Amino acid sequence: MISAGIDIGSRSIEIAVLEDGVIRETRKTDTGFDPIGQARKLIHGLKYDAILATGYGRTLFEIEHDAPTITEIKAHARGAIYFFPEARTVLDIGGQDSKAISLNASGNVTRFEMNDRCAAGTGKFLEIMATALGFSIETFGEAAMKAKKDLTINSMCTVFAESEVTSLVAKGENPNEIARGLHIAVVKRAVSMLRRVSPGGPVVFTGGVANNPFMGRLLAQESNREIWTPDHPEMNGAVGAALLAQEMIRK
Amino acid sequence: MKQELFKKLQQIAEQNLLDIETHKKKGNHVVGFYCLYAPTEIAVAANAIPLPLCGTRQAPIEAAEEVLPRNLCPLIKSSYGFAATDTCPFFRFSDMIVADTTCDGKKKMFELMSAIKPVHVLQLPQNQDMAKSLSPWKDEIENLVAVLEKLTDRQITTENISLAIALLNKERRAKKRLMDVTKAKPSPLTGMELVEILFKTGFFADKEKGIDLMNEIADACEQLTEKKESPYTDKTSRILLTGVPIGLGSDKVVKIIEQCGANVVAFENCSGYKQTFQVDETKDPVLALAEQYLSIPCSVMSPNPGRMEMLTEMIKAFSIDGVVDLTWQACHTYNIESYHVAKLVQDSFGLPFLHLETDYSESDTEQLRVRIEAFLEMM
Repeated sequence: MISAGIDIGSRSIEIAVLEDGVIRETRKTDTGFDPIGQARKLIHGLKYDAILATGYGRTLFEIEHDAPTITEIKAHARGAIYFFPEARTVLDIGGQDSKAISLNASGNVTRFEMNDRCAAGTGKFLEIMATALGFSIETFGEAAMKAKKDLTINSMCTVFAESEVTSLVAKGENPNEIARGLHIAVVKRAVSMLRRVSPGGPVVFTGGVANNPFMGRLLAQESNREIWTPDHPEMNGAVGAALLAQEMIRK
Repeated sequence: MKQELFKKLQQIAEQNLLDIETHKKKGNHVVGFYCLYAPTEIAVAANAIPLPLCGTRQAPIEAAEEVLPRNLCPLIKSSYGFAATDTCPFFRFSDMIVADTTCDGKKKMFELMSAIKPVHVLQLPQNQDMAKSLSPWKDEIENLVAVLEKLTDRQITTENISLAIALLNKERRAKKRLMDVTKAKPSPLTGMELVEILFKTGFFADKEKGIDLMNEIADACEQLTEKKESPYTDKTSRILLTGVPIGLGSDKVVKIIEQCGANVVAFENCSGYKQTFQVDETKDPVLALAEQYLSIPCSVMSPNPGRMEMLTEMIKAFSIDGVVDLTWQACHTYNIESYHVAKLVQDSFGLPFLHLETDYSESDTEQLRVRIEAFLEMM
């Protein structure tokens, strides 16, 4: 049996196709301004017995394709336990929100916390800050790793932090060090969110931000916990959705 | 049958403003109240109509922010905005406002409101240690008696107060009976229907009309339950909403929960179950009022064990599957107390718990929806 999961996020859309629980194909595209049009292009030519949608665009997909939906919280929990069966805690940092999830042995969510309603502590925050410092998002983490000293960023609001970065640049601070300060600010926020849902143990780190090599390292350091990252952390939600689609057909 | 009763509710609500006008034309008074702590019995004893005031809608908040800070509870901003823009008929009808020093935001706002209309502020103690707090609170109520005697130019006798207590006890029994119909599984009413009934009957000038209607609706609901008629099934998730008060216009969380397929069956807040107490009719009436009103378990009290007791009882009595704790933005006392509520719900009952902090605007509807859906997926 072939099942598919589509994760329509604020920045990117991912799809995973599984055959009897084994990943057969994955696809990815930018969300742009027309999430449903992009999703349509992404699933073009794919064959599956069932598809389940998650992510902020899930309801649009549900209307057009008459597909069931689940929240990204449940999808990430299910995906995490597929890649790491021992997982009990997940941290997902996506494009416009971040969440800490605690789960039980069957992959069901028992507690979760999400960031505030703004972009603070998310991929969007890092993206805007990278631009403000003249880095691409791909090289932002590497730049931060080159920093020689600590520098504290106090603002977590994206708009305020951008002004803070501008004044630090004007003071002649090193961009690598400012980059490091920004990474630390995001990580500290994520760690306090993690502590609210679970006191200890390994953490599965998912979402696009987990591709940034410096984030995982800082997380381990600040939380004193083991950090497990799947090979393609941004695919985790789509894989979770595909697994849940499969379970739905079996029921 | 339910539809007809909702039509009747609407008719009385429309007739209500005329009822108040007629009452005023006869030379009688209207007293506006903002908070559950102020005993409306004293107004009734003075033959005045006690009215709750508007404060559950987004519309006047912009005007309020010309004077009040933006980062303030929406209930306080909305209340002030309605008064400042003269868009609340109940405020307009009021000869005097009786307010209380519940939280910092409210008491400072009332200072500004007193420029618009006479506001009498009761000094509410911040803890329920009767040995320390009962006597000053009883003094405040005695002073309120004097203030309303002066306003209405009437003498308020002990007998007047006893009669008022009996009437409002009867109203609170009717409210409790109405709110208890949702103990049936599945419930005959939606949470939104219950919010609408409680909100609209709250403004009724004629208490007996409200009591009769609530009893009629409760009768109808009990019959529906006997016939096993309900908008829900045995499998529908039953949610308890706790925290800040809500009303029509500030009901978005109830709406989203019910759009997601669950049923809000219980409201542990001062627009809901906190209104179901009974004042002791055998004691000295002012003392009985002071004791009972001071016992209301709002988060402004420190400590506030009564709320945890009420939650414990309600979670069992209403067969609750999950608890949502709602905090209006910048309401520090409910926001901090959420820590204890989470512990009670998750650790003692092992139930899913969700804390939401929001305002009256629609801007975060989708962010709320994903949290609420994920919370319901846990059941």
